[in-house]
Amino acid sequence: MSGALGSIPLLAQGGEGFVRNRESGSGASCVSDDGVCPAWIVDHFDRYMEPLGRHVLLTVVALAIGFSISFTLALLAHRRRWLIAPVVQLTGILYTIPSLALFFLLLPITGRGFLTAEIALVSYTLLIIFRNVVTGLDGVPSDVVDAARGMGLNDRQVLWRVEIPLALPEIAAGLRIAATTTVGLASLAFFAGAGGLGDPIYADLNFKSNVLVAGGLCVLLAIALDLLVLAVQRLLTPWTRAVPA
Amino acid sequence: MSTPLAILGIFGDAIDFIFNAREARTGGAEVGGLGEFASLTGKHLLVTVAAVGLASLVALPLGLYLGHKRRGGFLAVSVSNVGRAVPSLVLIALFIAFLGVGFANVALALALLAIPPILTNAYVGVTQVDRDVIDAAVGQGLTDGQVMRQIELPLALPLIFGGLRTSVVNVIATATIAPIAGVVTLGDPIISQSVYGDAGKLAAAIVVALLAVVAEVGLGAAQRAVTPAPLRGTPGATRRGRFFVKTAGKGLSTS
Repeated sequence: MSGALGSIPLLAQGGEGFVRNRESGSGASCVSDDGVCPAWIVDHFDRYMEPLGRHVLLTVVALAIGFSISFTLALLAHRRRWLIAPVVQLTGILYTIPSLALFFLLLPITGRGFLTAEIALVSYTLLIIFRNVVTGLDGVPSDVVDAARGMGLNDRQVLWRVEIPLALPEIAAGLRIAATTTVGLASLAFFAGAGGLGDPIYADLNFKSNVLVAGGLCVLLAIALDLLVLAVQRLLTPWTRAVPA
Repeated sequence: MSTPLAILGIFGDAIDFIFNAREARTGGAEVGGLGEFASLTGKHLLVTVAAVGLASLVALPLGLYLGHKRRGGFLAVSVSNVGRAVPSLVLIALFIAFLGVGFANVALALALLAIPPILTNAYVGVTQVDRDVIDAAVGQGLTDGQVMRQIELPLALPLIFGGLRTSVVNVIATATIAPIAGVVTLGDPIISQSVYGDAGKLAAAIVVALLAVVAEVGLGAAQRAVTPAPLRGTPGATRRGRFFVKTAGKGLSTS
């Protein structure tokens, strides 16, 4: 047996800090019945803050790196069309590999922790963002580009002053899908030893209060990021707001 | 290790684990080997088929009907947005905490995950059918039902298949965590690692990844096969991108 075999650390045991305190005064019977206990939730809400912070960090870093890579690739592919097919195929394969499987495939190479989780999370954002940026740039009316050229703008100016601004709604839509998807996948990052809200969820799956709070925070985070990107997009594209639905 | 796979290190050991059974780390029973992986893959596919089948029974008729009536676009889009906001682990954990473990509950939770892409794609597939085509069909005396079956359904098939493909791949991925709810799937060696060891964990990860890629490629081929020849000209347009872009671009910006 090779020595490398022993180097994969054990599966995340998840949240030693999440052992339930069954003698927590009022509502103790509710807690031991695995119920939904408002008093327990209020008393123990602060223990979810660290996993929530980790979750936000995992998501935001993955989105930032994923956006930088896919946006750059999309700009390259916008001028060199032959690039689109191979990029979509490659990122499509990455997108298809289940996240849990990818975490464990990466463990022997990158070890447990933040890096492994980030590689997986970033790889899932690529297809989504790349596709939407390319679609957005393709959707810019050619008349508008011609007019811009006619006014003397060079390629670079056309791209940054005309094409990208007009593609912003589509780009933002891709970013929003990537954001909600990444929040969901980050809930599995604890399997890679990277923490996040999956940690408390997995630590006590039968306790309704626990699942409700940690799961609820996941959903709220997804919605909050979604609305945040939407708000930024509305700010950056004032002309889209006046259009009647 | 005597096999040539040894040069691959832990990955070689994992591949060896897929093909040859060995004694469990806890002693006693044999684990690994093609027989066990075939059985785990079978169980994995069983829960996947049950979930996607259940989801299709609900989402396909609803999506086709709403698309036919050109109503409920908001519903179709909202369902897909809400569906994305609820992480799969959270959904399964909620099912465990509130309904308990077991095959039926897991299949139901996975079916909920599978509904949004199927519903949205069926809806979009039908609404994007050219109005003129439907007017022509009605003018020739086709009834409502005939328009749905003979015109809208065939023209929407590529997108319907795209939705099914997205759902199947999602459910295959998510079924990996089903063992936490007491349902044995290919995720079992990953989650009960004390029995299977590191090689078993990695072996299961490899098999799950392959299964997802095979499903994606296989259903992609099926999707092309059901696409009427004249519509095949634009690769990409009929693919999954439609689900992403359409649902997001159109739906989200108006919400």
